[in-house]
Amino acid sequence: MHTQTNDARPRAALIKRNTLRLGYWTLAWVLSMAVAAFGPKFIWDFHTLPTVTAILINLGIGVGMILANKQHLQGLDELQQKIQLEAMALSLGVGLVGGLGYSLLDTTKLISSDAEISHLVILMSLTYLGGVIAGNRRYK
Amino acid sequence: MKNRLKVLRAERDWTQAQLASELDVSRQTINAIETGKFDPSLPLAFKAARLFGQSIEDIFQDEAGA
Repeated sequence: MHTQTNDARPRAALIKRNTLRLGYWTLAWVLSMAVAAFGPKFIWDFHTLPTVTAILINLGIGVGMILANKQHLQGLDELQQKIQLEAMALSLGVGLVGGLGYSLLDTTKLISSDAEISHLVILMSLTYLGGVIAGNRRYK
Repeated sequence: MKNRLKVLRAERDWTQAQLASELDVSRQTINAIETGKFDPSLPLAFKAARLFGQSIEDIFQDEAGA
């Protein structure tokens, strides 16, 4: 046993493999989202069949990404899972409160522009990222 | 919760990385347990106890009850 000097090799290898897999799924999902969003206007002139196909592919890849994320989380050790859980809880809370507040600003005409879902996604992503960084610092 | 993980590890001249490898967790987790920032789950505590050949109570002590 005690010849090993690197950090928990089997788990580190598993995490690396799962992270790479999650990265590939996420990249594929983002690309399929781009195709579904911009394809109708720039590629196939709003024909229904390719649009529906692109959306179905996007949803299918999205399911794959969710499963890859689940697998990634299950591969982490208990402290890493705790850090992820706290970051996701923070992201969900900020997303819910911030998102509904933002929507209220729109519906009550306190802001001139429409509330965009992309702003909510950015808010939740940044909150999640901040939560993971803060968690890693806390348990450093 | 206090623990003697650092002492037991030092007695065997193991690094945090070596102990992490034995317990199948990250070095960060070993460090967080040793510094009292994180309390391990029961399965991990049992695993540590088996590894060091001691009972859980010999390694981990509840500060409130101490």
